Amino acid sequence: MTPAEYYQRDRTLHPPAHHPGYKTSVARSPSLPLLTLQQTPSEITGPTFGHGDIGRLDNDLTLNFSHGGMPVGERIILHGRVLDENGRPVPKTLVEIWQANASGRYRHKKDVYLGALDPNFGGCGRTLTDETGYYFFRTIKPGPYPWMNYVNSWRPRHIHVSVFGASFSQRLITQLYFEGDPLIPLCPIVQTIPDPDAVQRLIAPMDLNASVPMDCLAYKFDIVLRGRRSTLFENRLGGN
Amino acid sequence: MVQSLDYLKETASQTAGPYVHIGLAPGAAGFKTFEQELGQIIAGPDVAGERIRVEGVVLDGTGAPVKDVLLEVWQADSAGIYPHPEDPRHAEVAPGFRGWGRIITDFDSGLWSFDTIKPGATPGRAGRLQAPHVSFWLVARGINIGLNTRMYFPEDDHSADPVLTSVEQPTRRKTLIATKTGLGSYRFDIRLQGDGETVFLDI
Repeated sequence: MTPAEYYQRDRTLHPPAHHPGYKTSVARSPSLPLLTLQQTPSEITGPTFGHGDIGRLDNDLTLNFSHGGMPVGERIILHGRVLDENGRPVPKTLVEIWQANASGRYRHKKDVYLGALDPNFGGCGRTLTDETGYYFFRTIKPGPYPWMNYVNSWRPRHIHVSVFGASFSQRLITQLYFEGDPLIPLCPIVQTIPDPDAVQRLIAPMDLNASVPMDCLAYKFDIVLRGRRSTLFENRLGGN
Repeated sequence: MVQSLDYLKETASQTAGPYVHIGLAPGAAGFKTFEQELGQIIAGPDVAGERIRVEGVVLDGTGAPVKDVLLEVWQADSAGIYPHPEDPRHAEVAPGFRGWGRIITDFDSGLWSFDTIKPGATPGRAGRLQAPHVSFWLVARGINIGLNTRMYFPEDDHSADPVLTSVEQPTRRKTLIATKTGLGSYRFDIRLQGDGETVFLDI
């Protein structure tokens, strides 16, 4: 029996590999067409994760690198659900995030930006979604920072998000932006996405209902991975 | 008006950027947050199979090594079984076999390597067997959506492999086949573009 496949990726929603406005992509993009593959067990399987992989503070970036104090900046909750294109939750999947601190500086030995390093902020977190696909993090709102694309290019505030899904086919890395940031439409990396609606879906709205009074605001970010056909049944040949 | 299809839209990919290590391998970024970093052991010490080491570089269109790339690999055990519930034989997978690895390059040379066991042949579609292979996924600054490819082994018979034989230009098939450099050691260089551009897969 052929296992149930994932839907073909809609490439019009994703940035093309080659996008001259984002200069680094020019020499790092394949120039020949990708080989179209019908999925096999190599593609419809992938690594699985359990609570043994995750530590208790891994999803709290305000605490998981604390050296006795709180990180500087605006404390936020980031939460949402991981769903597939059919609207079904993706449970027990690993969500990993990384980001700059409140002054736009990454804790990375290759980052030389003059923004201050924060002794109490590492900038990475990870969690597993629950049975309903829900996840949340506590963190600090990252600052914008300049980068050398055009000389006056600035990245909007953003958080990198990595999601595994249930198979190697669903693997995805994206970036979350914040509602109201004036740098979003100016960013060459955001602009690699050809579909304006797809850009809007990367912008997390402020979620006052999920905020904690006298503590922190919340932002909501739902992530959609590729859907898949369900196993074919004789009375339901369409599959879903 | 035509009825609408009520599927959700897949979230758009974005580049992992130059600091992907912070999130996925913070030790390489120069600090420690997590008790354990993930993807460090692909096949535990007790897993049966031929022990192998694979190394290589990822080259950009100018021929320069990509020093900030992060790779993930996924493979079956020596019996061709994936440790995943969708594999009908997953209950028989070798104990201690995870099949998944996360690999970063040396920041100065761009060289990467990983230790594992050689995978067995895996089932493909319509009863056709696939030659032993390791699946790769690459992200880095400048890569807007992760790139998928596969690595095959030079000593195996590839004449019936459904993926290799579907590469239209026979000269390009060798971009998916590693070079044997010694007993249990292989070299697999990946070229993002230009002469010898690796075949990347739209899976």
